[in-house]
Amino acid sequence: MTDTSTPPPPTENAGSAPSKGRVGDRVFLGLSRGAALTILVILAGVAIFLTAEGIPGITASPDEVKSGKTFLAFVLPLVFGTLWSATLALLIAVPLAVAVALFVTYYVPRRFGQTLGYVIDLLAAVPSVVFGLWGMRVLAGQLVGPYEWLEANLGFLPFFGGPASATGRTILTAAIVLAVMILPIVTAIAREVFRQTPVLLQEAALALGATRWEMIRTVVLPHGRSGMIGGAMLGLGRALGETMAVAMVLSASGVITFNLISSTNPSTIPANIALQFNEASGLTVNALIASGLVLFLITFAVNFGARAVVNRRKEFSGADA
Amino acid sequence: MSMRSVLRDSATAPVPTASAAGTSPRPAAIGIDVEDLDIYYGDVHAVRGVTLAIPAQSVTAVIGPSGCGKSTFLRSLNRMHEVARGARVEGTVRVDGRDLYAPGVDPVLVRREIGMVFQRPNPFPTMSIRDNVLAGVRLNGGRLKKDEAEAIVERSLRGANLWDEVKDRLNRPGAGLSGGQQQRLCIARAIAVEPQVLLMDEPCSALDPISTSAIEDLIGQLKDSYTIVIVTHNMQQAARVSDETAFFNLAGVGEPGQLVESGPTTKIFSNPDNPSTEAYITGRFG
Repeated sequence: MTDTSTPPPPTENAGSAPSKGRVGDRVFLGLSRGAALTILVILAGVAIFLTAEGIPGITASPDEVKSGKTFLAFVLPLVFGTLWSATLALLIAVPLAVAVALFVTYYVPRRFGQTLGYVIDLLAAVPSVVFGLWGMRVLAGQLVGPYEWLEANLGFLPFFGGPASATGRTILTAAIVLAVMILPIVTAIAREVFRQTPVLLQEAALALGATRWEMIRTVVLPHGRSGMIGGAMLGLGRALGETMAVAMVLSASGVITFNLISSTNPSTIPANIALQFNEASGLTVNALIASGLVLFLITFAVNFGARAVVNRRKEFSGADA
Repeated sequence: MSMRSVLRDSATAPVPTASAAGTSPRPAAIGIDVEDLDIYYGDVHAVRGVTLAIPAQSVTAVIGPSGCGKSTFLRSLNRMHEVARGARVEGTVRVDGRDLYAPGVDPVLVRREIGMVFQRPNPFPTMSIRDNVLAGVRLNGGRLKKDEAEAIVERSLRGANLWDEVKDRLNRPGAGLSGGQQQRLCIARAIAVEPQVLLMDEPCSALDPISTSAIEDLIGQLKDSYTIVIVTHNMQQAARVSDETAFFNLAGVGEPGQLVESGPTTKIFSNPDNPSTEAYITGRFG
């Protein structure tokens, strides 16, 4: 791409000397183009690093790495654990976030709603190590009892098959901690899109005799749909990549199971990298980096998927209304 | 007692539908009877002491300069002004003899009986044309059989003079229509629930002259079935479409708006009692 060819000036400026405004335009164009390119370069750099360093780990034979397995056998439980814990976290966080956002936007006096919003935003400022400590020392212990109850009463479901963990440090505990961590960002985005629902449309629903909830159902939720999906995807991204909290909370043993409350849990890719990296050497390091590449690809796929969902019914989205 | 029965039980004849317009005239009862109405937003006294009888099955135009409280008055007729925080009224608004502001009357049910069309067309962008028409019906009555729904859609769209233009694309989004078509879609949505009264808040001010003319023709047809109150800034429009005219004005700077005079449109426009009405209508202010 050559920057020497400037686009022709669109208006009556043609022919006259470059004005101050045009210089400003050119500088701005250069800066924004540079910023956009920088992102692409960084992304490409990360991808190249992960691929170059990861391929030896993928092709390594089982006796050359610490796990003693082929790469596929090594990474599959991690992929499962990553997706499973993040999905659980989303299932907990998104309904809660939407409910909180609706409550704050439409059900409480403006002042109180704003204050509540700030408090939720504060949650985002808590470092993940703190959430990890809390999950490990407080939440896990509190959940031992409920898990035993679930095993006794709902044990026929595969999710609660037991035996219940004696420490409470299960994948469900980790998912709850993740849910708390992604709650602020999902709530903030949901709140923002709900607030932007055009008054005109809200009035249209109310004038037809909608109650407040019916108004929310007919206007606010459909209007905020793509925004909510976007917020959920941001939350999912964070949940997929969260390292410290999961590493601290989860007692992992590299299995694939849908059991939520037992003491044998799948680990996640980032937590596994954090826990194993210090003691790793040789091809084991490459295997860990390769698992990072897998996470990178998953995140990519999730984002494209979300975009596809958002675009699918674009003409009905009301984005241009 | 539900508002539906509150408003309907004095009407002996079945409510005529738009397709049967003009064939089954209802008894000429007073449509809306406003008595000594004061409207406040918090501490602000917006409208003062309005007493006005709005006849049934006719078009009543509300005119006046900006900020004189015409829209507020209109919205008080179906309690839509209560959407704003701190809004309250004193006085009574009777529809077929029943007070909308009596204790225990649910504003939600009032709005189901008194339809409203807004300044800017506001079809629900996430819904198809068909679902837009049915939106109010679904809020009111819940589930519909498919053929019932189709009948309501066709009747309402025909009533709004829109059927021929959209009958082949009922599943397309309403937002894809032109501004005038969108506004007629909003009218179809409002009449789909067969209200008794239709309130229109400057329904043509965002439309081009051809669309405006289409809406005005439509208003002329709708008045056979509905009591219509229309707020307009356009004096010619008021003269063209209305039977009765009410002129609102501010009592003074910083004072609430009030009704200056009302009467048959022909009289208000040719021989008003109040000099300020004449000044406004002839364009000397406002």
